[in-house]
Amino acid sequence: MTANGWFQIFFFFALVLVCAKPMGVYMARVFERERTWADSIFRPIERLLYRLTGIDEKHEMAWTEYAVVMLIFSVVSMLVTYAIERLQNVLPLNPQHLAAVAPDLALNTAASFTTNTNWQSYVPETTMSYLTQMLTLAYHNFFSAAVGMALAVALIRGIARRESKTLGNFWVDATRASLWILLPGCLIYALLLVSQGVVQNFRPYDQAKLVQSQAVTVTGTDGKVSTQVMTSQSIAQGPVASQEAIKMLGTNGGGFFNTNSAHPFENPTPLSNLMQMFSIFLIPAGLTVALGRMTRSPRHGWAVFAAMAALFFVGVFVAYYAEAQANPLLHSVDQHVSATQAGGNMEGKEVRFGIANSALFATVTTDASCGAVNGMHDSFMPLGGLVPMVNIMLGEVIFGGVGAGLYGMLIFVVLAVFIAGLMVGRTPEYLGKKIESYDVKMAMLYVLIFPLSILGLSAVALMMPQLGLSSLTNSGPHGLSEILYAYTSATGNNGSAFAGLNANTHWYNLSLAAAMLIGRFLMIVPMLAIAGNLAKKKLVPPSPGTFPVHTPLFTVLLVGVVLIVGALTFFPVLSLGPILEHLMMHAGKSF
Amino acid sequence: MRRNLVTAVLYTFITTVLFGLIYPFVVTGLAQALFHDKANGQLLYKNGQLMGSRIIGQPFTAPQYFHSRPSEAGNGYDAANSSGSNLGPTNKKLIDRVAGDVALFQLDHPNADVPIDLVTASGSGLDPDITQAAAEFQVVRIAKERHLSEDAVRRIVAQHTEGRQFGFLGEPRVNVLLLNMDLDHLSPLR
Repeated sequence: MTANGWFQIFFFFALVLVCAKPMGVYMARVFERERTWADSIFRPIERLLYRLTGIDEKHEMAWTEYAVVMLIFSVVSMLVTYAIERLQNVLPLNPQHLAAVAPDLALNTAASFTTNTNWQSYVPETTMSYLTQMLTLAYHNFFSAAVGMALAVALIRGIARRESKTLGNFWVDATRASLWILLPGCLIYALLLVSQGVVQNFRPYDQAKLVQSQAVTVTGTDGKVSTQVMTSQSIAQGPVASQEAIKMLGTNGGGFFNTNSAHPFENPTPLSNLMQMFSIFLIPAGLTVALGRMTRSPRHGWAVFAAMAALFFVGVFVAYYAEAQANPLLHSVDQHVSATQAGGNMEGKEVRFGIANSALFATVTTDASCGAVNGMHDSFMPLGGLVPMVNIMLGEVIFGGVGAGLYGMLIFVVLAVFIAGLMVGRTPEYLGKKIESYDVKMAMLYVLIFPLSILGLSAVALMMPQLGLSSLTNSGPHGLSEILYAYTSATGNNGSAFAGLNANTHWYNLSLAAAMLIGRFLMIVPMLAIAGNLAKKKLVPPSPGTFPVHTPLFTVLLVGVVLIVGALTFFPVLSLGPILEHLMMHAGKSF
Repeated sequence: MRRNLVTAVLYTFITTVLFGLIYPFVVTGLAQALFHDKANGQLLYKNGQLMGSRIIGQPFTAPQYFHSRPSEAGNGYDAANSSGSNLGPTNKKLIDRVAGDVALFQLDHPNADVPIDLVTASGSGLDPDITQAAAEFQVVRIAKERHLSEDAVRRIVAQHTEGRQFGFLGEPRVNVLLLNMDLDHLSPLR
């Protein structure tokens, strides 16, 4: 670890801290339908959209209607994506003449992008046409994020409103999130990315002549090995920057290219890298401020922010420390940090980012439900790879996905005040609302669905050598980590991977699609049920027995609840994966 | 229910046109007008022939060239098929691959410890850069192969060394493709 590395990490966090408040205030204004600078541009578009689609913007929805409409929209847009993928061979903007996407892969991808996961079982350069990327993948990047924000706002309204049957209008919330927040942000951001070298064009792939031609051994389809001389390099192009902007700002994470933000055309410079990490946290951090503002208790918003910040720093410290270490199994290599190299574990990492920025990116992308990567998590050191996995297992509540992070954290807040109430023997209250058995039951449902999907599906995959184990690149404890990471990432709607796992098989495409849909929609329903139930309640005035939710004590309790729930659930399996691998690596074992 | 379904279909259609077509086309138009070279991938031409992109690495394995990092993209530096190795730290394949590459380097540099980035594959398989340590490690060999003085080689390395952005972001690095093209310019191969 170096002083410069830590300086970069603190600089990044300071940016997030400074921008959280203006962003949060702006978002609160957008969702409360107060005046903003963007009204004159977007209000006419918004009205036209409602008129064309028959949306009554004054209509208020109960939680059940809110949930049903959200589900209908998700299913419709998912089917459209499936159809376009299957038909891309006859649609325009396909200069490489890529074939239609296979049915199981198309289903997996449609589920993946609709759920804000952006798990990629495919190599985009050789699978997805420019049109498919724009029309379906980038589209879902906008709308899965807008839906996430709408849901978080619905929950905040549930907390803030009293004796109300409704939570707002889903269409209005999603529309305002996409038009007022995501679209203007992305227009500016995409151009900033292009200024750093992210490409934006519709060129067919370029063919360059290699400066030094290469002899390569090629295994033909008949299994024969032959030597060929490679004299040219094919360079993939595309409308990358426009997709990259929303991929990060919407915490989606699906790369335009296979290697995501490690690819020089997706993330060319240290500045573009900083912008990408910053844009992952911007909206989720802002939402904590919006929470404080919309519930008229700004200090509660900051207390939640503080809990997230504390968990972030623990993660980044462990990841940075682990990646800066030398791999004891490699010999006659110089892995020390010096004035002329970053040292550490460079397998799967880019020189321009080095160790600090790769560890930071991995932490940020899994704190949130982003899943973009600028280095290969599969090649991280055992404890370096543990951090992203644990971040997702904690529920991606460390700032978290756009919207999903906040509503996930608020579930833990409900549990935290419940536990605090148990400790003093009083009915727990949260911002003046009594937390009763229905709320806690729903919160527990939310908390239990998650590990059930991860551990259940992982166990099934591990028991099936033909379907589950044959896809592994790594064996030993690292192989367990590969499978565990896949279902964790899918259920958590993250989308990053221990990418050595070949997931483009019928089994993985279908089981991971199921995990993604469970992790998104099955968890949203109990969350909205809590929102609806809270909205109905009367306000009770604070009493001496009320546990205040804006104090450092609350922050500590919240961090404790998040860690205890996560650790109790996942420690056993983690000890067989990354922790065991760490111990065996230092004992000199390889696999 | 039926009304909601109709609304959802219409809504999906209209917003797809707005966010899936108009938005990327507007960005493309602005990007092409404002940052033409960068929006097209910073392509390098020599006598009208496309030689690559400034920010995409190429394979270099001959002794007269600064070697780039090992690549797992296709057959090596295939920029239409980016990939890392995804080998874990305890994987025998990784340990053997590194040992093999180290042995090759040690033919020219007996007993020297090889800088780690020279024997590890990047995440993208297209890393355009090596560290300053990795460049310095190869200076003696290049000087000998090219019949140049070590100082002349160091000077050209320095010209292609980029420091941290704004003095603190990222890591210092040497662009291998640009460095090698300049080497060819300075001392053409027969």
